[in-house]
Amino acid sequence: MDAVTPRGASGTGTFAVDLPQFSGPLDLLLTLIREEQVDIYDIPIARIAQQFVERIRTLELNEAAEYLEMAARLLRIKVQLLLPAGEQELWEDPRAELVRRLLEYQQMREVVDLLERRGEERRSHFARAYLPTQPVPPQAPLALSLVELLTAVDRVLRAVSRPDMHDVVPRALDVPGAIDAIRAVLALRARALLSDMITGAREPWQVLSMLLGLLELAKLGELRVQQLRPFSNVEITPTDRDAASEAA
Amino acid sequence: MTPLAKLLEAALFASARPITTEELAALSPDDSLAALASAIDELREHYDVDGHGVELQEIAGGWQILTRAEYTEAIERAQLASRPQRLSAAALETLAIIAYRQPISRAEIEEIRGVGIGGVLKSLHERGLIDVVGRGEGLGRPLMYGTTPVFLEHFALRHLEELPRADELAIALRAPAQATLD
Repeated sequence: MDAVTPRGASGTGTFAVDLPQFSGPLDLLLTLIREEQVDIYDIPIARIAQQFVERIRTLELNEAAEYLEMAARLLRIKVQLLLPAGEQELWEDPRAELVRRLLEYQQMREVVDLLERRGEERRSHFARAYLPTQPVPPQAPLALSLVELLTAVDRVLRAVSRPDMHDVVPRALDVPGAIDAIRAVLALRARALLSDMITGAREPWQVLSMLLGLLELAKLGELRVQQLRPFSNVEITPTDRDAASEAA
Repeated sequence: MTPLAKLLEAALFASARPITTEELAALSPDDSLAALASAIDELREHYDVDGHGVELQEIAGGWQILTRAEYTEAIERAQLASRPQRLSAAALETLAIIAYRQPISRAEIEEIRGVGIGGVLKSLHERGLIDVVGRGEGLGRPLMYGTTPVFLEHFALRHLEELPRADELAIALRAPAQATLD
């Protein structure tokens, strides 16, 4: 009782053995309670703690930490029980939490028994055998010449260098120039299409300039930009010239 | 047997896993669900009454043709098929907790079992018996685990509700939130 730590664990100095027959400290505790035939709601903590410590000492636990923690918990409860309770009305049995956990654990074991029975029942039937997916046949060993290898490398490098995506050349947009061009077109025509406006543009920056110019002029109220259907061509009409007839 | 029952038999024979009622219904969309149910009954009776080496079982929300238990040993002895390994006590305890408390985090399971369960959880996951079903609200948003259809198949359960309700067990499993001492 005085030593919680299995001292020296019978000479070897280590915890050597695990407890295959117990699946954890709660399992061991429940077993002791059953063996001692004590009431789970009124556990004689001193006796059970003694048994627990003895058991984990004689069995030289491998996964001792969890068992030791439980031993410490038992001793703490024992101490709490020894302390005078005082006159507090709120005194709670220090064993209450342990009892709750034990009951919960015991109920879980009931479910385990049930699952074990069901699993055993199912194991006594075979289903159609599971057919594993056909393994991919291994490739024939490579037989290549150096030339073929170098050709392949060359092909890869060529493919890599072609897009040249990272060579960004800054190009200023020419919005004022585009605005001039649009104004020039609209001075001659009552209606223009976006596609007409950008046919002359060869570079993306020219198209972008044109688009920004259009938006700028629309904002200034010099023209109206209209798209009748999604993805249809964009119609551009000057607002100061007979807008009413075009609005229809 | 009716043509529908034969069709079901062929489909069930072709599958290594249980086939759900909906999947069976898709085999013959013109037939009503009532016709399907009676065809399933017909097939089951055909196996049971006429005396067959196989039987029809309802598992995991579906149907599966299984060999009869009395032939298991002979089949295994002849090494034509082998039974899956039994689950360890630790695995069963963990599964039992997950089945009742899902979705549940690893820490909550460890609290109930009183031991660490990292390895067990991993092997259950690898066997497809459990899966991550979400993340909890608690500290660190822990992974939450739940059982899978494979779990139902492994224990030949029709559905999770076939397990006894918590209050039907000899000792009622209390709600997880209870006054704790420490």
